[in-house]
Amino acid sequence: MTSSSWDGTITSTQFHNAASTFSEIWNNFDLGFPHWSWINFPNKPGFAATKLQGYLSLENMILPITTEEECVLAGIEDLTCSNEDSFDDTAILVQKDSKERHHYDFHVIYSSSFRVPVLYFRAYCSDGEPLAIEDLEKDFPAYTAQELAVCKWTFITREEHPYLNRPWYTLHPCGTSEWMKLLFSNEPSVVSQGGVAIEKYLTSWFSVVSPVFGFKIPLKFSTFMNCGNVATVI
Amino acid sequence: MESKGGGTEAHKYIWEGAIPLQIHLHESEITTLPAPPPAMILAPRIGYLPLLAQKVKPFFSNSLPPGVDTIWFEYNGLPLKWYIPTGVLFDLLCAEPERPWNLTVHFRGYPGNILTPCDSEDSVKWSFINSFKEAAYIINGNCKNVMNMSQSDQLELWRSIMDGDLDSYLRISSKLKFGILVDDFSIQLNISSPKSPESTQNADGTAPAKTGRIPVRLYVRTMNEDFDELEDAPVVESWDRISYINRPVQIHGDGKCFTLYDAVTKLLPEFFGEKLPPTDDVSKEEVEVEQRSSPEETNKSKTERSGEMLNEGIVSCSISDGAEIKLLRIQGIEPKMEIPFAWVVNNLMNPEYFLHICVYVKIQEPISI
Repeated sequence: MTSSSWDGTITSTQFHNAASTFSEIWNNFDLGFPHWSWINFPNKPGFAATKLQGYLSLENMILPITTEEECVLAGIEDLTCSNEDSFDDTAILVQKDSKERHHYDFHVIYSSSFRVPVLYFRAYCSDGEPLAIEDLEKDFPAYTAQELAVCKWTFITREEHPYLNRPWYTLHPCGTSEWMKLLFSNEPSVVSQGGVAIEKYLTSWFSVVSPVFGFKIPLKFSTFMNCGNVATVI
Repeated sequence: MESKGGGTEAHKYIWEGAIPLQIHLHESEITTLPAPPPAMILAPRIGYLPLLAQKVKPFFSNSLPPGVDTIWFEYNGLPLKWYIPTGVLFDLLCAEPERPWNLTVHFRGYPGNILTPCDSEDSVKWSFINSFKEAAYIINGNCKNVMNMSQSDQLELWRSIMDGDLDSYLRISSKLKFGILVDDFSIQLNISSPKSPESTQNADGTAPAKTGRIPVRLYVRTMNEDFDELEDAPVVESWDRISYINRPVQIHGDGKCFTLYDAVTKLLPEFFGEKLPPTDDVSKEEVEVEQRSSPEETNKSKTERSGEMLNEGIVSCSISDGAEIKLLRIQGIEPKMEIPFAWVVNNLMNPEYFLHICVYVKIQEPISI
């Protein structure tokens, strides 16, 4: 399929292929982050129709801490203060001072409705206590917090994890196919090959999604993905 | 009773449909003697449980311990997911319809590990709008029509759901041009009587623009024990027993009437592995492939896919060993499987344009994985 007529979506089979390549390369690079792994969910009723038997998972990620300046920029400092006014608990203050790190689990799940990957995530403190959306905001970089303030309900939403049936957060996928199409529209290599490389789909997708959480794909990784070894073409 | 863009007799029934609830306050939250009597309330099928808070609370507010109220409901110990329409919960959890339906209400101790938080009516509204957007995306390939809705239309749409006001709902939803899909079905409905199957072909052929995808929300309730009478169906003790998935169904013009049976075999192929007629080989492959790939791709890699199909076929058979669909319920009824799927969608879908299908499945416990 030529990229001009391509609508930015992929099939579940393509997702599965892209996921295994993406995680293989990611894990080989040993970027200092936890590894991605494919979680198999065989025989879950209702999932046979898409031939999908699971999702991509990276767990126990500790996010890079956003700098103080960024927090001030986003007005998060004010939020934090007003929240803490009601507490006079030294234990909490100690925790804040030592900048307790939060743990994040990320799952990439294919959506049959939107025909794109969707990022599901949850976050918790080291004692296992889950984080509320207000706490998440403090972890995110300034631009994410701003985005959240503008459209809380369309940007990050509470959704049920399709496999685990538990409440998780997601980045709403309704714009994904649009920006994936845009991302690939200026790729001369892609156009000349006459198609869109499946392997690159998840890297490109992740390069847009990951800055939301303040971490970026290292350049060497994306360069590698972009330079070749992309035999499979949609 | 038909009119453009909906408003059929079936719509009226669905919008007026309600489930009589007998609501008991959980004993741990009763601080008065005597205990408050249960509240009897009619809950609209298309509504959501937290929307009943205004009606339920006065019955129990005097008995509650001090604290902040967060309403949630439970049935036989199972916390009820508020984002599932009340009618669907009833169809799914009450194998044999229980009237009145005895629910327990809680105002404290929200089970946040099982249920998505519901802070207010706003949470319900946004959950609805998000579903609506998803349905729009499935039908149109984007959700611009919902995203571009004016604030007042959005509000009026939501109010129509709250008030069960079908007319006002139809007025707003017709603006969203979902009508393209629905009208096609209406045409199909009106002209494609069983006597003239070729008219179906025409209806399909004149609508090349739409995606042909139908938003379906599938609830699969699995049980290991067999039962003969519905009332003997085991109680659902955990949501792990239920798969809850959004799974669009692709209708494409292959010239024959696409029935509810066809839709269900697409949705749950693992239960039909052996039952598909062998003469239908070609169309079967198309049906299966269509689920996950665009038509362009189908041509390109048909041989490769066929190879996969063979493997999948084997897997399907082993899954379907001893597995069977016991019951399929939509809007409280068990529709005949030969009904045209278009009719089912057009008449039985919920206001957010999803068709909610409840399926009860008997399945053998997997021996080893």
